[in-house]
Amino acid sequence: MSSAGVRESRTEVAGVEIRSSGRGEGPPVVVLHHSFGNPGWLPFHEQLARTFALEAPDLPGFGGSSRPDWARDVRDLALLVGWWLRRRGDAPVTVVGCGFGGWVASELAVIWPEGISHLVLVGSAGILPERGRILDQVLVSHSEYVRAAFHRPEAYEAVYGADLPDDLLIQWDLNREMTARVAWKPHMYNRRLVPLLPLVRIPVLVVWGEEDQVVPLECGERFARLLPDARLEVVADCGHAVDMEQPEALARLVRDHLSRGEPCS
Amino acid sequence: MFLSYFTEQPMAAYPEDEGLRAGFTSVLFSNKFFDPVEGSRLYRERLDEYRLVEEVGFDGIMVNEHHNAPFCMQPRITVWSSILAAITERVKIVQLGNPLPTYDSPLQFAEEIAMIDMISQGRLVSGIVRGAGQESVCLNSNPAYNRERFDEAHNLLVKAMTDDGPFAWEGEHFQYRVVNPWVRVLQRPHPRIWVPGVFSPETLVWAAEHRYPYISLNTPLHLTGELWQIYDEAARRVGYEPGPENRGYLLRVHVQDTEEKALECAREFMWMQGQFTGVGHPYWVNPPGYGSDSRRLLYTKLANGLLPKSRAAPFEEQRRTHEIVAGTPDQCIEALRVVLETCRPSILMLWGNDGKVDHIDSLRCIELLGREVLPALREIGDGLGLHDPFELDTPISLALTPPDELHPTG
Repeated sequence: MSSAGVRESRTEVAGVEIRSSGRGEGPPVVVLHHSFGNPGWLPFHEQLARTFALEAPDLPGFGGSSRPDWARDVRDLALLVGWWLRRRGDAPVTVVGCGFGGWVASELAVIWPEGISHLVLVGSAGILPERGRILDQVLVSHSEYVRAAFHRPEAYEAVYGADLPDDLLIQWDLNREMTARVAWKPHMYNRRLVPLLPLVRIPVLVVWGEEDQVVPLECGERFARLLPDARLEVVADCGHAVDMEQPEALARLVRDHLSRGEPCS
Repeated sequence: MFLSYFTEQPMAAYPEDEGLRAGFTSVLFSNKFFDPVEGSRLYRERLDEYRLVEEVGFDGIMVNEHHNAPFCMQPRITVWSSILAAITERVKIVQLGNPLPTYDSPLQFAEEIAMIDMISQGRLVSGIVRGAGQESVCLNSNPAYNRERFDEAHNLLVKAMTDDGPFAWEGEHFQYRVVNPWVRVLQRPHPRIWVPGVFSPETLVWAAEHRYPYISLNTPLHLTGELWQIYDEAARRVGYEPGPENRGYLLRVHVQDTEEKALECAREFMWMQGQFTGVGHPYWVNPPGYGSDSRRLLYTKLANGLLPKSRAAPFEEQRRTHEIVAGTPDQCIEALRVVLETCRPSILMLWGNDGKVDHIDSLRCIELLGREVLPALREIGDGLGLHDPFELDTPISLALTPPDELHPTG
C-alpha cells in the first residue's frame, strides 16, 4: 500500500513522544493497533482515510513511540492516549481498537468517555474469557503468534510477506517486550475493567472474526452485553486481525457505525 | 582451593520417549510424567550422597534451583540448603544461586537464609542469580523487569542483613512498611555472596563491581580468558586488583575405577544437554525483555527458527576440550590440571553425577573424587597460587572493603 501523502507527526505527552501516521479529511478517527504493532500504513487505514481524518498512532512504547518507563498497566497507556488526543485537540473522536489496542480503547472509554464519540472494538482483549483462553504470546514464537491472528495464511502473507526481515523481527520483539511491561500478569485482561463498562454510554460496535484464535468470540459477546449501547458484528471467514484480513469489510462496518447519531444519554 | 560438589538432581526416571515425542522437556512438558515414588527414592539417595561428600573431604556442596523440567528436582533452593544445614557438620552450603527476581518477597528470603546460616553455624554462601529465562515463565515473574528486580532485591537483601530494623523499604518493585526480620544471619556482616553465570557481560561486570566472586558455569575453557578480562577490567575500574580468589569454575567431572566405567557414566552428562530434544524453545529461554538489548536480533532469529538451535558438542569433543572430564582418578587429575592452569579459579565446583547414573556409581564417584582427586587438586592449586576467599579472608563485597584499600581507575 502506498504511503504517499501520509502525514507523520510526533507529539510529546508527559515526556513520551507519540508517533502517528495520518491522512484524510473529515470526522476524526483513531486506530489503535494490536500488541504486535503497526506494520506500516495499511489498506484498512487507507480505506478509512477516504472519508475520515484518520490517525494511526504507535501506542506509547511501541513502534516509533518512545517508552514510558514508568507505565505498569494498560490503563497507563490509555491515559497517555487520552492526553495525546487532548493535546491534538481532536476530541471527541471515533476510536477503533484492534486486539490489544481494543483493550487500550476500552480503558480509555471508562476513563474519559467524553473524549470518544464512537467506539469500535475489533477482537478486543481486556476481558478474561469464561470458557476459552486468550492465546498466550509468551508460549509461542513471534511469527507463530502473528500468524495465529489470521484465518487464511495468504492474508498473513499479503501483509507481512513470506520472509522475516531483521527490522520486522526487532520491532515484533520490542513490541512484545512493551506488551510484557504492561500486560504480563494478568495476561491480556483486567478484572477492574468489567465493572466499569456498563457506565460507558457511547455507541459501540463490537467486531469479531468468526475464526478468531487469539481472543475467543465469547469475549466479544460479553463486551456487547456489558456495554449499554453496543452491538456485535461477526465477520465470516476471518481471524483475529479483522483490520488486516478483511480491511474493506471492517471499513464498511466502521462507516455504517459512524453514520449513527450521537451518544445515548 | 575451595572444592565443592554439585549435581542438578535430575529426575532421571522420567520417560525419555515422551520428551522426544513432545520435542521439548521443560515449561510445558507435562508433569504427569513425574513419578513421585521415584522422586522420593531419588531424594533419599541424594541425602546419602551429600553425607558422603562431606565425609570424603569436600569443602562445600553447591545447590541450585530450576522449575518445570526433569533435569532438576530442586524447585526451592532454600529447602535443600535447610536440609544440608541439618545433616552436615562441616561443609559450606553454596547456593548458586538464588533466582532473586522471581521471588515475590526478598524479605522472606532474607529470613530463610538467616535460619540456614544459624542452623548450619555460619556455613552458608548465598549466591544470587537472575534465574534462567524459563524460570520467569514458570513462576510468572515479569522478565521485562528481571534485571531491575535483581538489583533491587539484592540491595534490599543486603540492607536487611546488615542494618538494624525497623526501617521502611519503598522501592520500584518491592515495598515494605516494616523491614524488621527477627531472625538474622550468624555470619556478620553477612554471608558471602557469589554470582554464577554463563558469560553474560552485564552480569560479569555487575559481579566485579560488587567484588563478588563470579562462578563461570561450564563456559568452554578457551573462552574463560576473555571472560576474566571483562571481570578484571571492571574490578580495576572500581579500585581493586582481582585474582583467583574472585574466580570460580563449574565443570562436569566423573571418576570411576576404570576408564570404561567412567566414560559409560559420563555419557549421562549429555542427558540434560538435550541432545535429542533440546531442553526448551528459545522463546522460553529468552522471554520478552529478558535478554541483552545487544543480542535482541540473535535471540529473535533463534525464537523464529531462522537460526539452528544450539546443540551440545558431541561427547568426545567436550571431553577433548575439558568441558567434560571423565576417567580414572589419575586421568581426571591430569585433565583438571590443564583446567586449573588455563582458567586459574580458586573455587572449583565438580559437577559429579547426572542423568541416569545410579546411586552406587554416584557414591563411588564421590568417594574417588574425595579420596584421590581432591588432595591432588589442592596440591596443584597451591602450586599455582590459587587461594580462595576463605584462605585469604578477602572482603566480602566492595561496599565492605575499607575505602583506603580501593584505588579506582575508572
